[in-house]
Amino acid sequence: MTALEIAAAVRAGERSAREVVDEHLATIEARESEIHAFNLVLADEARAAADAVDAAIAAGDDPGPLAGVPVALKDNLCTRGIRTTGGSRILDDWHPPYDATVVERLRAAGAVAVGKTNLDEFAMGSSTENSAFGPTSNPHDLTRVPGGSSGGSAAAVAAGFAPISLGSDTGGSIRQPAAMCGVVGVKPTYGRVSRYGLIAFASSLDQIGPFGATVADAALALDVIGGPDPRDSTCIPDAPPSLIDSLDGGVDGVRVGIVEELTDAEGVEPEVRDAVLRAAAALEAAGATVDRVSVPSVVYGISAYYMIAPAEASSNLARYDGVRYGLRVDGDDVLSMNARTRAAGFGPEVKRRIMLGTYALSAGYYDAYYGKAQRVRTLIIRDFAHAFESHNVLLTPTAPTVAFKIGEKSADPLSMYLADVCTVPSSLAGHAAMSVPFGTGAANMPVGVQVLAPALAEVVMFRVAQVLESAQ
Amino acid sequence: MTYEAVIGLESHVELLTETKLFCSCPNEFGAEPNTNVCPVCLGLPGSLPVLNERAVELALRLAEALNFTVPERSLFARKNYFYPDMPKDFQISQYEEPILADGQLEIDGVMIGIERAHLEEDTGKSLHVGGGGRIHEAAHSLIDYNRAGVPLMEIVSRPDIRTAEQARAYVAELRGVLLAIGLSDVKMEEGSMRVDANVSLRKTGASEFGTKVEVKNMNSLRSLGRASEHEIERQAAVLDAGERIPQETRHWDESEGRTHGMRSKEGSSDYRYFPEPDLLPVSPTAEARDKARGSLPELPAAMRARLVNLGISEQGARTLVDAGLATHTSTAVVNLAVGKARDVEVLELGAVLAHINETGESPTDLRLTAEGTAELADLVASGVISGSQGKEVAAVSLTAGTSPKAVVEERGLAQVSDESELAAIIDAVIAANPDEVAAYRAGDEKAQKKKRGFFMGEAMKATKGSGNPQVLNSLLDDRLKG
Repeated sequence: MTALEIAAAVRAGERSAREVVDEHLATIEARESEIHAFNLVLADEARAAADAVDAAIAAGDDPGPLAGVPVALKDNLCTRGIRTTGGSRILDDWHPPYDATVVERLRAAGAVAVGKTNLDEFAMGSSTENSAFGPTSNPHDLTRVPGGSSGGSAAAVAAGFAPISLGSDTGGSIRQPAAMCGVVGVKPTYGRVSRYGLIAFASSLDQIGPFGATVADAALALDVIGGPDPRDSTCIPDAPPSLIDSLDGGVDGVRVGIVEELTDAEGVEPEVRDAVLRAAAALEAAGATVDRVSVPSVVYGISAYYMIAPAEASSNLARYDGVRYGLRVDGDDVLSMNARTRAAGFGPEVKRRIMLGTYALSAGYYDAYYGKAQRVRTLIIRDFAHAFESHNVLLTPTAPTVAFKIGEKSADPLSMYLADVCTVPSSLAGHAAMSVPFGTGAANMPVGVQVLAPALAEVVMFRVAQVLESAQ
Repeated sequence: MTYEAVIGLESHVELLTETKLFCSCPNEFGAEPNTNVCPVCLGLPGSLPVLNERAVELALRLAEALNFTVPERSLFARKNYFYPDMPKDFQISQYEEPILADGQLEIDGVMIGIERAHLEEDTGKSLHVGGGGRIHEAAHSLIDYNRAGVPLMEIVSRPDIRTAEQARAYVAELRGVLLAIGLSDVKMEEGSMRVDANVSLRKTGASEFGTKVEVKNMNSLRSLGRASEHEIERQAAVLDAGERIPQETRHWDESEGRTHGMRSKEGSSDYRYFPEPDLLPVSPTAEARDKARGSLPELPAAMRARLVNLGISEQGARTLVDAGLATHTSTAVVNLAVGKARDVEVLELGAVLAHINETGESPTDLRLTAEGTAELADLVASGVISGSQGKEVAAVSLTAGTSPKAVVEERGLAQVSDESELAAIIDAVIAANPDEVAAYRAGDEKAQKKKRGFFMGEAMKATKGSGNPQVLNSLLDDRLKG
């Protein structure tokens, strides 16, 4: 059942939330040991929350648009009183004293959290292999990665553990695993969803978004979690229009551009490229106009991203110093305690990025690295603006390849970084983007097509996605 | 060799806001440790800062008061360094684009430039136990995060100050302005205002600057003046000896009256500043600036001028304005019936100021009201009580809140000026002390003066202190002539 169907049945009293949650917990029980989507399954809490939803229905109240819908939460979203790890050893056994805004909103809409999903440590990675708690497997092939960093959330939806989950996307961390697991994944416009309670990786890029088995479920979830929040200064102060209500508008007259630099690039598997072209054809058949478009500066996206994101991360992760919470490894003095704690608590990828970022911000190098990366970012925004003058949405592959084998790229960080080549540019621009499953590629693994839209143009982006979904 | 001192001052003041700079925790001094804290000011994972609008309003007021330029936008930046009392291990400050630029403050006819003023958050407070109070030798350390996130403004003067006295006067005037506009309570002793001085010397007439030394730890205006003076002399001696001044930070020791070089930090610090991505640029609107202009209260220079116009002395006006007594004084003066401004000034500079210094009470909620002060000045001016009695009455009114007239009545303080009543007393004193009278008449001027004190004392004793001294004096003149 989709989230929409569950919520409708629960609200109508046709099914109990408890029954729905028990079914999903049974599915988790059956397959979680081989997939490892979760760092923590919240069975008791979920049953209690479902009972509360049922009690509300019995009392004649409406629990909300996600009544009784099981959801999985990426384990970098703060949950009050519930262990939150960020995929790292350094937070040790930290129980946040507050809920992230998105978690509050899900609960207020009647959703039932069933678990905290696995991720690359501090969301740094593209395969979920960088988790301190071991890798997650792709439900379509257990020897393959689910993508990352929100691999657990993507796998949870693909495995039927929950119809909806939340992830965070800094350079592709929702879209890329969505593509690899064959589910829908959305990175909303920067500022559409509050970041309050999201453990920061790179603040100017981080954005929370939903995974769904269907486009409509993702729209429903985004409607619930989005909108202004006074606790996040970068959150857009105007309430966005509903997506679920405008899903079926079609694509008649919508102008679609296929981004040449990302679709024809070296390293893009032929089946993946073919999926993009078939998707374009499907849109054309539904009334859209399609052409090819050049966005030249996107090829520098990865380079700029791997300066800006680590720079911000080096500062955001400074607070894990052993003083106030989380892991502490004693030392001879404060500085050695700080250093030993961080040496023991952070994994190799996090350390690599902290070092990169610290270097990029250092006196004498700032302009050459961080400053230049910001100028590239400006250039990408300008090139996108140009492309969007004549197009409503752009199409690209979400990831250049289908899900790769666990361990295949772990020894080669650079080739891992290239898994983000198609997703990073719209993160740098702060635009909306989403991945829609579109057929299969090598080894019969899922392929995703990425739809890019300008800031706050989620309505047209979702209509395009909806057409792509129904074209299959 | 003669030198000219070049001084620049960096003043850090705590803002008088209800809440902290980036969260809604109370901004208050003296609460139980770690009670005014929340996820934001503790820097917990996932928390985000939200700028306190009030801090911006106060900055805009300062812009009006000190003639600053308000840039179209200013940016917050992260200053990155590890320190246990800094919850995020970075401080949110402003770096390349401060909220205020290019202000000025007039000190005795000289314009002192102010390069910039910016907003930043304070850190927590460490208490290092053992090892002489230094972090590296301490047995253990305790941290109170109540102060973490308290709004600070750093005001950086240009190196336009030339003497220690001018440095002192600049800070005194700046304090007055900050107090007047309600930006801070500027208590140097309690740390709500901290001033560091950059001091260098150059040969008189030279245009290049010498090497500057940063002097810290001056906890009062007086110590700022002393420390600057000392540092100027110290540097002059070093230069006269043909040595160079190393660039360093020195610590003022108030009890020893000298500065000490501080142990230099290992390696140079690189704060890796970059724009704070969690906050938007600050772009004050024209309406906000108009509002600040409209809400600007009277500034110290104008207050002083007003008091002087009312008849208060220049020096008195300066002291009273600095003490926050300008309004109290001026209201008292305009409420006088028979007294003069001078009578009010004596009371304000004497009893009232002493009371404030002793009790730390705010000049705005004194129990002796301005109207009461006028009443008291009138009682003294009209001779109902003496000046010294006036001081006593003021002390009672300031403590108990009773009106001066009521105090005078309750204590039977009204002065006796009736000549026939006092003549009888003088006559009795003279009759009772024939030897003293003889000694007076035989003595020289010095001896007479001494004896006269004796007779006055006796007469005052007899009147229980309420005899009018002028009347008693003239009666004594008359009777002692012989």
